[in-house]
Amino acid sequence: MGGMNYDVYSQIKLQTMEVYGNTLCELAAKHPDIVALSADLAKSTKIGLVQEKFPERFFNVGIAEQNMFGIAAGMAKAGLTPFVSTFAIFTSMRGLDQVHTDICYQNLNVKMIATHAGLSFGAAGSTHHCTEDISIMRTMANCKVIAPADGYETANAVVAAYETPGPVYIRINRGFDRLVYEKADYGFEFGKAVSMAEGTDITIIACGSCVYQAVEAASVLRADGIKARVLNMHTIKPIDKDAVLKALEETRRIVTVEDHNIMGGLGSAVAEVIAESGRACAFTRLGIPDCFSMIGLHEDIMAFYKIDTNGIAENVRMLLGREIEEDEDWTDEV
Amino acid sequence: MPLTENELLELEKKAFELRCLCVDTVAWAGSGHIGGALSAMDIFVLLYYKYLRINPKDPGWEDRDRFILSKGHAGVGHAPVLADRGYFDKELLKTYNHTGSDFGMHLNSQKVPGVDASTGSLGHGISIAVGTALAARVLKKSYLTYCLLGDGECDEGQVWEAAMAASHYNTTNLILFVDRNHYMIDGPTENVMKLEPFADKWRAFGFIVKEVNGHSLRELSEAADYALEEKTAPVVIIADTVKGCGVDFIENQAISHYMGLDDEKIRQAKESLQRYYENRVKGA
Repeated sequence: MGGMNYDVYSQIKLQTMEVYGNTLCELAAKHPDIVALSADLAKSTKIGLVQEKFPERFFNVGIAEQNMFGIAAGMAKAGLTPFVSTFAIFTSMRGLDQVHTDICYQNLNVKMIATHAGLSFGAAGSTHHCTEDISIMRTMANCKVIAPADGYETANAVVAAYETPGPVYIRINRGFDRLVYEKADYGFEFGKAVSMAEGTDITIIACGSCVYQAVEAASVLRADGIKARVLNMHTIKPIDKDAVLKALEETRRIVTVEDHNIMGGLGSAVAEVIAESGRACAFTRLGIPDCFSMIGLHEDIMAFYKIDTNGIAENVRMLLGREIEEDEDWTDEV
Repeated sequence: MPLTENELLELEKKAFELRCLCVDTVAWAGSGHIGGALSAMDIFVLLYYKYLRINPKDPGWEDRDRFILSKGHAGVGHAPVLADRGYFDKELLKTYNHTGSDFGMHLNSQKVPGVDASTGSLGHGISIAVGTALAARVLKKSYLTYCLLGDGECDEGQVWEAAMAASHYNTTNLILFVDRNHYMIDGPTENVMKLEPFADKWRAFGFIVKEVNGHSLRELSEAADYALEEKTAPVVIIADTVKGCGVDFIENQAISHYMGLDDEKIRQAKESLQRYYENRVKGA
């Protein structure tokens, strides 16, 4: 599988997007149906690595995202597997009509690998931040949505995207991500949450860059005797309902954390599962509180919005103090 | 290949019959985009009965020529042609727009055999067509892509993004037609949003422009033959047409963009189409 050859050393030296670009090159070497497209962001998104190796299979359409998604749809119609990369904000908004009608409506095999997601383009501001894409993309019928936690997971997700028929949206960050995993074969499975820490007091469900922060928060809390379970919910659509329901059953308190608006993203997806279960649960969503974000270094802004280690730990403590009905018949509440 | 006299007469008859079937389909549907379907009918007929290498028994044949209807609302003209070519039973046209039907105003490529792309948003089909044309290059296939644009949709910036890309990549395996019927929903194109100098715009984007009478099958065919031979630059055929062509009481009116026809109007429409056909054959 592509992306499996990167050791910790190279991961530390590589931006997540570079891992993506390299993984895609490996996949393209094996699969002649893969083509790559970008809209003047070949270098920025690292999809340009494909251009270096397979120039005849790379298409730069200039700064014209709508046209790019349409061309990708046409190529997929003809039997190719296009990987399309621009920033998350341009994928999920600038070219959304084309993503919706040309790609998702026709259930075409187009892989949208969107970079600079969340607040990761820190200083660029809200014209380039993207805290709406999970919400938007998960309402596109046929489209699958993945937010990998680090480079290893990105490599796995990119391979999974190729192997999964139909449209797939992957959001990855600009720059370097802190490593969550030590190797690629930790058991990634499309649509299945990865358990990062066991615990019975509360569950922290995170995705993307918040997974590292959640794992750190759990370890801080453990020192205080709080046993927090951490789930890496890399696939947001289809969401791993079983993992959410198990966490609900076994911990009865859930915090979601995402580098995204608290509306419509991971937190909402988890809330839907909880609400439909009919069971009471202490629940809170951490993310961007429905505002256009401040600018700054990515981790500084994450701290401001309390989606960093300290912010998560603080919210976990608050949620542990919230009263919920926990009678003996709780399992019969449905 | 230039049209022979017999070919021309057969195509004229086909265009007449399919204009009538289009009117019927609008009636079955309750209402429809009749104006832009009738203006495009001669282009549909020429392509589906003379140029497209397709196999209605195998709609997904990978070496088939592609036809992308960028002006997706003209589905009510496209579907009768597909039915007549044998992609599906003509009886199904009677379900057009009905609840639960596979045939909606904008044809769904997942549901209607022979439809190469789901369109309707406007301005986007041309990008899909550039995509299928580029894919032929990657896949080393000789199929051609034909694309029909409406004039009104050329207000969309995406059309010009795609035009730029077609020129940049010199997609001469893409044959582009514009149904220049001069009307959009809110009125004449030049009143709503000026398109002229339209041909110059295409030239400026790197196209060779052929301006023809879009209701002359001979002129359309000559332009298509030219486009098929031309390899130095992509060709756009701007077909000067009449919105509602053949139904005299709706011709050149913005209202014909989308309308219903009662029984009396259907009768009058058919009579008008008959007269129009006879006049065309006399002149052919």
